[in-house]
Amino acid sequence: MKRFAGLVAGLLLAVTAGAVDTTPPLPTPELQQRYYAMTHELRCVQCQNEAIADSPVGLAADLRRQVRDMIVAGKSDDDIRDYMVQRYGDFILFRPRMNLRTLWLWAAPALLLLAGLIVAVRVLGKRTRLAASDVTPLEDEAGER
Amino acid sequence: MRRFLWPLVAFALLVVVLAIGLKHAPEKGVIKSPLIGKNAPQYELPDLKDPARTLRSEDLQGGWHVVNVWGTWCGECRVEHSQLLAISREGRVPIIGIDWKDDDAQANAWLASLGDPYARVGADRDGRVSINWGVYGAPESFLVNPAGIIVAKHIGAMTPEKWQQWSSEFVHPAAAGAGAP
Repeated sequence: MKRFAGLVAGLLLAVTAGAVDTTPPLPTPELQQRYYAMTHELRCVQCQNEAIADSPVGLAADLRRQVRDMIVAGKSDDDIRDYMVQRYGDFILFRPRMNLRTLWLWAAPALLLLAGLIVAVRVLGKRTRLAASDVTPLEDEAGER
Repeated sequence: MRRFLWPLVAFALLVVVLAIGLKHAPEKGVIKSPLIGKNAPQYELPDLKDPARTLRSEDLQGGWHVVNVWGTWCGECRVEHSQLLAISREGRVPIIGIDWKDDDAQANAWLASLGDPYARVGADRDGRVSINWGVYGAPESFLVNPAGIIVAKHIGAMTPEKWQQWSSEFVHPAAAGAGAP
């Protein structure tokens, strides 16, 4: 039963994978792995929210073929990224690279966290001081009563 | 008073950031080509109208050219066709076509029935040259200067306004500034 379920799952996977990407497989599993990673890292610029691995659009198929050709030709992953960015811009990468133009993108979360921390520390500090100064008059009042 | 100042400053900053974002919103769907300011990519394509001949990127040197990526499967290309014909009638800037992933016979039939604005057309049957040009949706037009450098790119149908702007800004800057000291 378990084996049967596994077989069905495998077949379903094969169906979904085959539905879009009809690029012929690469000669070795290592190259196929790189191809898989690369095509999931590049955006289909025409549809904009899909990776070229998942998009049925003709352009995505052509870009997959380009990735495959470059891997077969012995190009590194960085060569492929460079090739794509030089033609389609940073936007084609789902994970933007760190450079002067994208620096703010990478720095923003840290800066916001820092700003939040500063505010939190100041507010908390003020509260403790307020609380500390509140105590005495209250006690005095209590004593006078 | 001061306890209201900082939130106010933060809010003002946020407004500025969002205003900039809103102002650029219409450009968000269009990806600026990183090829602008660079040499036109190398290519070698069979001539659609005369397959014995070959189009080469070197042909772009020595004068202004419009490189127009189109296909008979592309609806917007039909929309811009009359404007391309108008540019070709002006006779000042030749249009080089790249027929993107198309059927040669259909493409030639299209030119025969709608008119042919192209000085020459390269048949990019498998789409490799178009990828090299960073094309992601036809029609796309590039303006290439006499040194073979891409100075502008327009995505979508070419319009009279866009062509006017390219002419006065790049091709004939002197004509636009005539009369100015």
